[in-house]
Amino acid sequence: MSQFFAMGGYASFVWPAFAAFFIVLLIDSLAPLARRRRNLRDLRARLARQENRRRPGTPPSNESNA
Amino acid sequence: MANWVPLWLHRLGSPPLFYRFAGAVRPWALGLALVLGAVALYGGLVVAPADYQQGDAYRIIFIHVPSAWMSLFIYGAMAVAAFIGLVWRIKIAEVVAMESAPVGAAFTLITLVTGSLWGKPMWGTWWTWDARLTSELVLLFIYLGIVGLYHSFEDRRQGARAASFLVLVGAVNVPIVHFSVNWWNTLHQGSTVRLLGPSHIEASMLWPLLTMMLATKCYYVASLFARVRADLIASEGGKAWVRDIALGQPGNDAA
Repeated sequence: MSQFFAMGGYASFVWPAFAAFFIVLLIDSLAPLARRRRNLRDLRARLARQENRRRPGTPPSNESNA
Repeated sequence: MANWVPLWLHRLGSPPLFYRFAGAVRPWALGLALVLGAVALYGGLVVAPADYQQGDAYRIIFIHVPSAWMSLFIYGAMAVAAFIGLVWRIKIAEVVAMESAPVGAAFTLITLVTGSLWGKPMWGTWWTWDARLTSELVLLFIYLGIVGLYHSFEDRRQGARAASFLVLVGAVNVPIVHFSVNWWNTLHQGSTVRLLGPSHIEASMLWPLLTMMLATKCYYVASLFARVRADLIASEGGKAWVRDIALGQPGNDAA
């Protein structure tokens, strides 16, 4: 096992390369999920503001889960 | 003539339908990417023997080469989508083109970083200004330029049109990257895997490489579809179907 991790003496090049691969792709795959959730939240807030302008005094019911 | 194919494609041009289609396909593409990626990593890191000349350092090939292929493949897909978007003004094509750019930039960055980590032990240098490396770096800048131009417009569609032109202009760099190892004397080696003719690689090293190529393709689909969904929520925000998603069932939100 330790022989596997040693990578024939090239461990300090092989493992950072694989780490870079996974870190970049992890960021790439999480970013759009967060962006979609943020866009939905922004949209809900905007709709609630519009609703409030149309009928002032109504509690902004849509912002409870924003 | 199966005329349901163009009909189906035509219907996919509708944002709400594409949004649902992307949401249904994305988990499968991501799952397939993870399974294929795990198999390829096992094959590349454990099963495949060490190289007679490079020892275990060559194992970087199993992520470096598929990423490099993806950096060019995604540009091709993006250019086709940008062309369709410019000519027929199909909104989904514009969004697909624009949301491909960050994924392509990610793979180009991986290619450069892993190549650098491979170059140091084998060539004795992290970086050299030779044709292949320089043209790949230019590719990264083109991707980043497309992302930047798209986001620098107040009006998204206007930004998408301007950036789509940049996509088509920047496409000249793709054959330069691909053929740079043939056109110039470079430190970088030539192609090992060929579509035409025999590949210069052992079968035990070839199959993990091709499996990883499939995994990165599936990953691109998954990442692209997640991005398109996020983009559509913002760009179609005034439409009733997005409002239904925003205010509707909380189950929809988690999907």
